[in-house]
Amino acid sequence: MQSARLGDFGAGQDGTLNATALRADARRESFGLLALLSPGLLLVFTVIIIPIGWLFWLSLFDEGGAFSAANYARFFEQASYIRTFITTFKVAFFVTGACVLLGYPLAYMLSQLPRRVASICLIFVILPFWTSVLVRTYAWLVILQRKGLINSWLIDLGVISQPLSLANNFAGVVIGMTHIMLPFLVLPLYASMKTIDTDCLRAGMNLGASPAATFRQIFFPLSLPGLASGVVIVFVLCLGFFVTPALMGGGKVIMWAMRMEQTTSLYSNWGAGAALGVVLLAVTLALLGLFQWLLGARATGVWSSR
Amino acid sequence: MSSETSLPISHRQRLWLYGLGTLVLLFLIAPSVIIVIMSFSGSTLLQFPPQQWSLRWYESYFGSVEWRDATIVSVKVAVMTMIVATPLGTAAAYAINIGTLRMTGAINALLTASLIIPVILIGIGTFFLYARIGLTNTLTGLVIAHTVQALPLVVLTVLSGLRSYDMNQEKVARSLGANRFSAFRQVTMPQIRFSIVSGALFAFITSFDEVVVSLFISGGETTTLTRRMFNALRDQIDPTIAAISTCLIVLSIVLLSAAQIFGRGR
Repeated sequence: MQSARLGDFGAGQDGTLNATALRADARRESFGLLALLSPGLLLVFTVIIIPIGWLFWLSLFDEGGAFSAANYARFFEQASYIRTFITTFKVAFFVTGACVLLGYPLAYMLSQLPRRVASICLIFVILPFWTSVLVRTYAWLVILQRKGLINSWLIDLGVISQPLSLANNFAGVVIGMTHIMLPFLVLPLYASMKTIDTDCLRAGMNLGASPAATFRQIFFPLSLPGLASGVVIVFVLCLGFFVTPALMGGGKVIMWAMRMEQTTSLYSNWGAGAALGVVLLAVTLALLGLFQWLLGARATGVWSSR
Repeated sequence: MSSETSLPISHRQRLWLYGLGTLVLLFLIAPSVIIVIMSFSGSTLLQFPPQQWSLRWYESYFGSVEWRDATIVSVKVAVMTMIVATPLGTAAAYAINIGTLRMTGAINALLTASLIIPVILIGIGTFFLYARIGLTNTLTGLVIAHTVQALPLVVLTVLSGLRSYDMNQEKVARSLGANRFSAFRQVTMPQIRFSIVSGALFAFITSFDEVVVSLFISGGETTTLTRRMFNALRDQIDPTIAAISTCLIVLSIVLLSAAQIFGRGR
């Protein structure tokens, strides 16, 4: 607000001589900035806000066109919907848990390595991040399916006689999604671990703490905010994930997003599909909002490191 | 950094950590490596390592009119998305960076909304809208939808470039008589051009790899490569997809390296 302050200064010195001109200038500046923003905002508004608002409106009417909460009541009444929600949360929990178990040691190792080595290792995290989800799902299908690599290896080695069912089921979905979600946990966690002051750790060790105690009492608590942001983003992304469960679930693992696709494309039941979408969005925003409120951080930060 | 290595823990004591970390890195990279190797297999069976080598899956990819058409559609859409999203995102980032506008927070949230909103909802929403205004199965519709998804990445990338740039330089140029646009073009843009190029590359790859929204709004003549791949994967495991996947992996590597090189040039 520099020009506004200058305006006040001018007004104090010689009346309101150029205050109006400066105020007009500031207004012109604001209009200019708004003009720069408007194409992007307009596009987002038309493609995202209007259709979603419209769908929300539709979800409030039943199939006969009467105003009702039937689309939402169904979620509590029909067993198939309840099953979908349970499956979705179960997958999200398992995937998030697997990401924490795999991602924490990796991020910790990266944060302790010299910067040069760490940046080489980071390529292995970032490259899959930027590889198409489809490509990675296909890779896991090749590896895990009945006649896939793991089964043929194990049979050749004589470990098993019957192929294990690794794909087209719950396990396959969890493995494939863990691979896709892992970078979303590792990148923010690594970034936050890098900001932990090593002097704190050194002080702990100077005072006689063992390396394990230093880690447990100093490093781990300081890394929790980064871990939390990774966990939230992974969990939220899992809830609405479509591609991997659709391809690797073998039709047995029906997740939330697949349910939405089925109700709208297959059955053209827009009201029901829209209601699912509204609840999904509400849960997503609630989780992100809760996280932001608890930690005062924005979970979208992960994207800037992409 | 020296401060890290001076912690009194030897690397030997950490061997377990390095072992575990390396395993996780392998988990991350192995699928891509396996697909690249498999794409040169000579057999339809999934064998690893392949018993004989050939380029037949690449021939089947490049020889198929359907795959070629889908690839051309995807490239066209990605290029147009890049051309549209980059200036829009740069302009928005510039305005946000000045920061004098009220409600910058709300504007930011709106512009980055497509990162938070579940992509399946965006897909259904755009399909719902496009069906009413006749934009389904059109290149224009795809470009618009992909631009919305690419916009946040351009905004965030350019914004991070602008944050490390001293805006006063532009003020100097303007006080010396340049108008706003030429001050931006001649003073600011050359200094943030690497962020702009990175943002453009991110926009390209976001569009090229986009699956879910394309599933809903593309079809017929405008079937994108990812949509065709998705449908092919639903039916059966065709090794042609290994060849296509390898091409996509190479594309990712090339674009990422380009973004990296440009990023370092700053």
